[in-house]
Amino acid sequence: MKKLNKNSLDGFINYGIVIVAFAVIQTAVGMGKMSNILQSLLVPACCYIVMAVSLNLTVGILGELSLGHAGFMSLGAFAGITASVLLQSAIPVGPLRLAVSMLVGAAFGALGGVIVGVPVLRLQGDYLAIVTLAFGQIIQNIIMVLYVGVDENGFHMAAGSEQFHLSAGGTAIIKGPMGAVGVTKLASFTAGFVLILITLLVVQNLVNSRSGRAIMALRDNRIAAESVGINVTKYKLMAFVTSAALAGAAGALWGLNYSSTVASKFNFNTSILVLVFVVLGGLGSIRGSIIAAALLYVLPDLLRQFGDISDYRMLIYAIILILVMLATNNDRLKDLVGRVIPKRKGAASNG
Amino acid sequence: MSFLNNVITGVSLGSIYAIIALGYTMVYGIAKMLNFAHGDVIMVGAYMCFFAVGSFSLPPAAGVLLAVAVCTVLGIAIERLAYKPLRSAPSLAVLITAIGVSYLLQNSAQLLWGADTKTFRPLVEGSLVLVPGQLSISYVAVLSIVCCVVVMITLTLFTGQTKLGKAMRACSEDKAAAQLMGIDVNATISMTFAIGSALAAIAGVLMCSAYPVLSPTTGSMPGIRAFTAAVFGGIGSVPGALLGGILLGVIETFAKAYISTDLSDAVVFAVLIVVLLVKPAGLMGKYVPEKV
Repeated sequence: MKKLNKNSLDGFINYGIVIVAFAVIQTAVGMGKMSNILQSLLVPACCYIVMAVSLNLTVGILGELSLGHAGFMSLGAFAGITASVLLQSAIPVGPLRLAVSMLVGAAFGALGGVIVGVPVLRLQGDYLAIVTLAFGQIIQNIIMVLYVGVDENGFHMAAGSEQFHLSAGGTAIIKGPMGAVGVTKLASFTAGFVLILITLLVVQNLVNSRSGRAIMALRDNRIAAESVGINVTKYKLMAFVTSAALAGAAGALWGLNYSSTVASKFNFNTSILVLVFVVLGGLGSIRGSIIAAALLYVLPDLLRQFGDISDYRMLIYAIILILVMLATNNDRLKDLVGRVIPKRKGAASNG
Repeated sequence: MSFLNNVITGVSLGSIYAIIALGYTMVYGIAKMLNFAHGDVIMVGAYMCFFAVGSFSLPPAAGVLLAVAVCTVLGIAIERLAYKPLRSAPSLAVLITAIGVSYLLQNSAQLLWGADTKTFRPLVEGSLVLVPGQLSISYVAVLSIVCCVVVMITLTLFTGQTKLGKAMRACSEDKAAAQLMGIDVNATISMTFAIGSALAAIAGVLMCSAYPVLSPTTGSMPGIRAFTAAVFGGIGSVPGALLGGILLGVIETFAKAYISTDLSDAVVFAVLIVVLLVKPAGLMGKYVPEKV
């Protein structure tokens, strides 16, 4: 039997963790051991896990800082909601419609990724970060004035309420600043679980492929990679668009989990939140992203249950964030940890 | 006339952006970090002035001085406690820490002063009427523009002529070499944060005088816009911050007046993207190609 190499073993462990977590949570829900609040966090937590893993592809694997990941999520969310309304009669089966909507969301996310990626990946470092930030703001701003609806004359789209006219029998899907309202909730925890598995499949196979190695070579030394014939734009774009598409799918799942969604949900703070998950989980570590996203998303809501400190929960969160950053980058502490736990053979000296 | 009015509004808004952008640009130039907490220092400054004038009924000038003093100390403290230990850490770690500091300031403000929106009383009221009924400039706008000009001239003289200013430029050029020349790099960085935060306090007071609402999240959006302005003009460049700030203010005002109030953000950021594509280091930034 062919021996599994280290990378694919790592990947299988990730699938294992997700499947076991899903089984445990499903059992807990089935036995009624889970509070409603906690249950309502399951689908958003799945979305955030997908967001974190996909952002890790850009930030950790490709090595480019993106501050506008929520923009792709937003595109996916509103595209997915629109698709689910338009397909209501064509595909009556809920889960199938959800799947198609998520595909549409992913397609729009990918489209956004191409539009931002092609011109922007020429820029480097902090400038790329600024442009992704700007893009996130633009998306948010445009959706705030976007009106989308459908009636017997077909599909209507307008910027601003003045040009938006629906006949009496029509349905408005997106109503500018009010966002999408009256959405049929299609999302389920199972769908979120499947999306996480698909995300893992896509990201891990990409990372362990020839392309993935090319992408990581670009991250480690662009000039050296270029000189051995790696096409910079192609591989950067590949990682960036994949990441955007997955964010779009997560957005669609998010949008179809609530009866109403506003564009301001996907603002700069959401992008930052996901970035925090990625950095705290460890750059380039898929498993780290999953765990960090799940824990950190649920944590503030768990703190809410303790009456006295609930006012301080975001303050505690901020302090923990700063302290973790200070501690993980403290040389003396690193030394100490290194002495207690000997580094694995072959592990990089500066993780 | 409405065109002139828009120009005036744009330039005065742009002056405030320019003052905030200076803080970003100076810190970026010397510490090579995006200080996301800068916007929240603005908010703290505005609150200080609000309480000084509103609760202790001090004269406005004393309120501004208090705001400047508190923010200077705050800036130095943030740098010492949160950023200095990360001097050699990867830039992403510093960025996340800055975000942590930003959360910390916003949530502390919310706990200390409440989440409700406060009405800020402008420092100076009334306006200067140029053409009765058609063209007028509010005194706040005049004050903003004057402050911006004074700050710019002072900073240009400071960085160009004084020993400390030269030390600052040396540090942003090459820290190791500066240290070898006997410059105290840590003190210089602290000083940069102090100046940036003092400017943030002034900008906070001016901004809240022009748009008199104050809440714990007041600083974040102007912070992002000013940061955009700094990048627009070329981050690290002092005249670039002025140019970027004023241009951003004018574009924003014009977009609001002639395109759509709701789409002003989209227009501003779209212009930024186009500028960066044509000039990847901003309008006045130096583009340094990577060497092999």
